[in-house]
Amino acid sequence: MDINTEREGGTLIAKTGGRVDGTNASEFQDALKGAIGADDKAVILDFEDLSYISSAGLRVILLTAKDMRTANVKFAVCSLSQSVRDVFTISGFDQIIDIHDDQQAARSAVSS
Amino acid sequence: MAMQDAQTDVYKILVVDDEPDLEPLILQRMRRNIRSGRYAFVFAHNGVEALEVLQRDTDIDMVVSDINMPQMDGLTLLEQIPKVDPNIRSVIVSAYGDMRNIRTAMNRGAFDFVTKPLDFEDLQITIERTLTHMAEWKEALQSRDKLVAIQNELDVASKIQQSILPASFPESPGYEVYGNMLPARNVGGDFFDVVLLENDKLGLAVADVSDKGVPAALFMMSSRTLLKGSAIGHSAPGDVLSEVNDLLNEDNETFMFVTVVYAAFDPASGNLTYANGGHNNPLLVHADGSSEELPMTGGIALGVMPELEYRQNSMTLAPGDTLVLYTDGVSEAMNSHGEEFGVERLQQIFSDHPPTSAREANEAILQAVSAFADGTPQSDDVTCLVLRRTGG
Repeated sequence: MDINTEREGGTLIAKTGGRVDGTNASEFQDALKGAIGADDKAVILDFEDLSYISSAGLRVILLTAKDMRTANVKFAVCSLSQSVRDVFTISGFDQIIDIHDDQQAARSAVSS
Repeated sequence: MAMQDAQTDVYKILVVDDEPDLEPLILQRMRRNIRSGRYAFVFAHNGVEALEVLQRDTDIDMVVSDINMPQMDGLTLLEQIPKVDPNIRSVIVSAYGDMRNIRTAMNRGAFDFVTKPLDFEDLQITIERTLTHMAEWKEALQSRDKLVAIQNELDVASKIQQSILPASFPESPGYEVYGNMLPARNVGGDFFDVVLLENDKLGLAVADVSDKGVPAALFMMSSRTLLKGSAIGHSAPGDVLSEVNDLLNEDNETFMFVTVVYAAFDPASGNLTYANGGHNNPLLVHADGSSEELPMTGGIALGVMPELEYRQNSMTLAPGDTLVLYTDGVSEAMNSHGEEFGVERLQQIFSDHPPTSAREANEAILQAVSAFADGTPQSDDVTCLVLRRTGG
């Protein structure tokens, strides 16, 4: 499971593609854990290339959001396709995770 | 213990109750299973006596205990049992809808509960479920000891999952209900349940746990038991989800969660009230085959955070109306082109062939999903529970 990362002014932007489901969720979790650095002040997951996420994937998002909250690191996701966004809406995760339409909006949200 | 032994072993069950009439009653009602050599019963009349029996008789597999008893009550007994043998499973007998005690019992490691007055059919089903679970559990422990590949653990988890699904469905002149699940090979955490409530009402739940493996199967088991307990204690589905959510959030170190639709149906009036904790919206199919998704009530999946309120919505099922509760394994089933099955294809099944029975509707859905996937490996359980209001 590949995660491409870039950093800008203490903000980590992690991009992942393809599908996240029960078969690779733990891999996704490990990759994400490995990507987030101790000095990051904010983490944005860019889901532009993500075609599918299952509830096992949502659990990884939830774990990450809780870890980030504990560490006082801002956390947001952005650029969700319609079907991925539907998964967030149906599960109610849109009410607890900060979601933005694009990376620009996410960047300005976490830097404010 | 190997699985094939599960059928031939004699299971020894300790029944703890201060009511002297219970002993002959159980021996009488369970006589078939006693005669066939599947069950053997021993009896104790309070917690102290029960512990003495457990220490003396190391063959005991499970305990069925009342709560209120002299000397040592059932909840205290529950705390003591693992000290004697951590592999013994316990079922508690509680007053109808007594969530406070059921919750304490679950926290102290009870596997399941039955309510008073004792329904012997229900007791028998619960005993079987518990024994099946125990066999799986022992196998899981052995697999772990032997460091067998993770596949075995997943097999065990899926057996636990199968063991909590209802084996039969209630029958009534006012409705039909039928559920089924096509398990995914490796992953998945779906379950469904049908519970008879007071005044001949019916509780229906379909749920999806966020993870796989044995821990998820255990989380699924406690979700199911808490749902059942809460359903018989509350009439409002919104309150049921709220309560189960709070209970699941206690000590949820694993951050697992479960999406649930819970609906209560009154066959007399046709009233259906439902609440949704982050799950796919049910589909309502009319007698002419037209259908629509039920309005969203917008709840968050259970186990994510405590103290949430769940909105509920009510409607009336007309005679001939069919309610389809399902999981994302249905709507997100994939074919070889990477397309999802989707809600529209689900609706298409019934606009082509209006449902004539709950079972047929259920089978039509599972067949359509299989045909669509056409051999593409199932990445999630495919689960569907159908309620059809009959008569009119």
